[in-house]
Amino acid sequence: MATVQDIEVRDSAARSVQAADELQDMHGEKMVLNMGPSHPATHGVLRIVLELDGEIITKADPDVGYLHRGDEKIAENKTYTQFIPYTDRLDYLAPLANNVAYALAVEKLLGIHDKLPPRCQYIRVMCAELARISAHLLGLGAFAMDMGAVTVFLLSFTEREKIYNLAEAISGARLTTSYTRIGGVMRDLPPGWLGQCQKFCDEFIPALNEFETLLTRNRIWVDRVRDLAVISKEDAIDYGLSGPNLRGSGVEYDLRKNQPYLCYKDLQFDVPVGAVGDCYDRYLVRMEEMRQSARILEQCIKKIPGGADNKSNEPVNVADGKITLPPKQKVLSSMEELIHQFMLVTEGVNCPPGEIYFGHENPKGELGFYINSKGGGTPYRLKIRSPSFVNLSIVPKIFVGTMISDTVAILGSLDFVMGECDR
Amino acid sequence: MTALESANKIKAQFGDLISEPADFRGEVTVKLADAEQITAVCEVAKGQLGFDYLVDISSVDNYGDDPRWTIIYHLRGLRHGNELRIKTGVSEEKSELPSVLPVWRTANWHEREIYDMMGIRFSGHPDLRRILMWEGYPYFPLRKDFPLAGKPSDLPGIAFTKPAPLEGGPFVTIAGGKDAISREPRIRNPEE
Repeated sequence: MATVQDIEVRDSAARSVQAADELQDMHGEKMVLNMGPSHPATHGVLRIVLELDGEIITKADPDVGYLHRGDEKIAENKTYTQFIPYTDRLDYLAPLANNVAYALAVEKLLGIHDKLPPRCQYIRVMCAELARISAHLLGLGAFAMDMGAVTVFLLSFTEREKIYNLAEAISGARLTTSYTRIGGVMRDLPPGWLGQCQKFCDEFIPALNEFETLLTRNRIWVDRVRDLAVISKEDAIDYGLSGPNLRGSGVEYDLRKNQPYLCYKDLQFDVPVGAVGDCYDRYLVRMEEMRQSARILEQCIKKIPGGADNKSNEPVNVADGKITLPPKQKVLSSMEELIHQFMLVTEGVNCPPGEIYFGHENPKGELGFYINSKGGGTPYRLKIRSPSFVNLSIVPKIFVGTMISDTVAILGSLDFVMGECDR
Repeated sequence: MTALESANKIKAQFGDLISEPADFRGEVTVKLADAEQITAVCEVAKGQLGFDYLVDISSVDNYGDDPRWTIIYHLRGLRHGNELRIKTGVSEEKSELPSVLPVWRTANWHEREIYDMMGIRFSGHPDLRRILMWEGYPYFPLRKDFPLAGKPSDLPGIAFTKPAPLEGGPFVTIAGGKDAISREPRIRNPEE
């Protein structure tokens, strides 16, 4: 018979403070340790300069920019459509979500973001939620592996593999999807895709339950991550954290709920929040978000207009030849469509002058695009507000006073990706 | 209170310094005439109007226009859910404005990034170093007069310092490549 047991937790933060007090009389030299840029726990190329007093961190200075490719500069020299492949390479663990975020930003500039065909909205929501599951699975797997629990990583990759297969089926690419277009998506869902997606959901929930048995009540895991790097509500807001890191600190703010876009208004889902704001809470929030994403996916599969095979020919692109490419057959037989195709390909989507900001609830947090347009097919300035960049800026604060072995846990719980941070 | 009402409240406090609020695609923007007042305006927005979350700070280079720089602050109130954009211009000769770090600590890295990319300084920032480019890099790459292909700098292009293994092949890089175009493997004449 199962019984409920309270787990007694070592308070690692208190322990490090105690250790620091005991060692106060021994004045030694402080040591500077370079962590990264190529360290497995830094999830890419993050370098942190740590100043150590024994094993306790007294100062941490993250050094980002090793993956800087100048995406914002490139955007100023490309048409809006040409920039879509670059968004794949921002958060490369959730390329589909980035595509959706960018397309919605440009559509907001065009003023068509609330006029998208319903089928397109549902497809995009499914893309974003699949990307969320995929990104959280990797975040979770890598977090656990850095703590020494390699099994979770291998199991979570089995599930991620299925998501990659789904992405490949809709876009033709597993990683660099570039699936959305301005005003729609590249093409409609392939036949049978919804069935595969349903099958994935059916298999995913039992798998997620299995991950939970491996970690959530695991004594070693709880000991290492609970009460570690507590971020208070006020600090989380002050440092501009977003996504699971903000909600882990108990701030109930989710752009899908608070500024609904696409068809999120018609879908039922809950926003999990943490109670303490420690690494364990951030882990729990991500676990629950995956369940909620699966819930959204199942609703989308049932509610998507046109159903699996789209017999009723629901459109997936806005019906405006000046925004989306016309069907190829018409291009080859009709003058007007030929002109539209020519103008779209050579000059890009003609956007009005103005400036907009659109924030999308990405797996890592709020991915925002600020577009400043002077009219025409290329942005005058495109600023990417990347969640990983902002989330990492709290590292100098929360690292101080922790042990060096805790750094990997804290970094894992912040769940950042450098492609997006450095842009 | 809507974002427009908040904007009008700021305008009531600062008078002519704040422009008439503009509305585009449901987003409210106000322009601040004197960049020196940005910290005061932000303090009012946070303290009195509940804009407790700084989403982002962006910068635009209006090359050829005066003032050359525009700095854009995206504010959000998590409690009321409104958003407000505050813009202010800074001339090229000055290229400096007060930091909003005392108001929101998230401004720290945003301001460092703007300094790194555009070369606009923030007075009162305690740690204004480059963040994405390396310390000692001589240019500001997001300025409109900086070429897309890049400019040579003291740091060698580590990836392509020697022409092998492409030597003699159809696609050749230029050793120690000066900019992105010469670092790319391309069809080149031997004398080039």
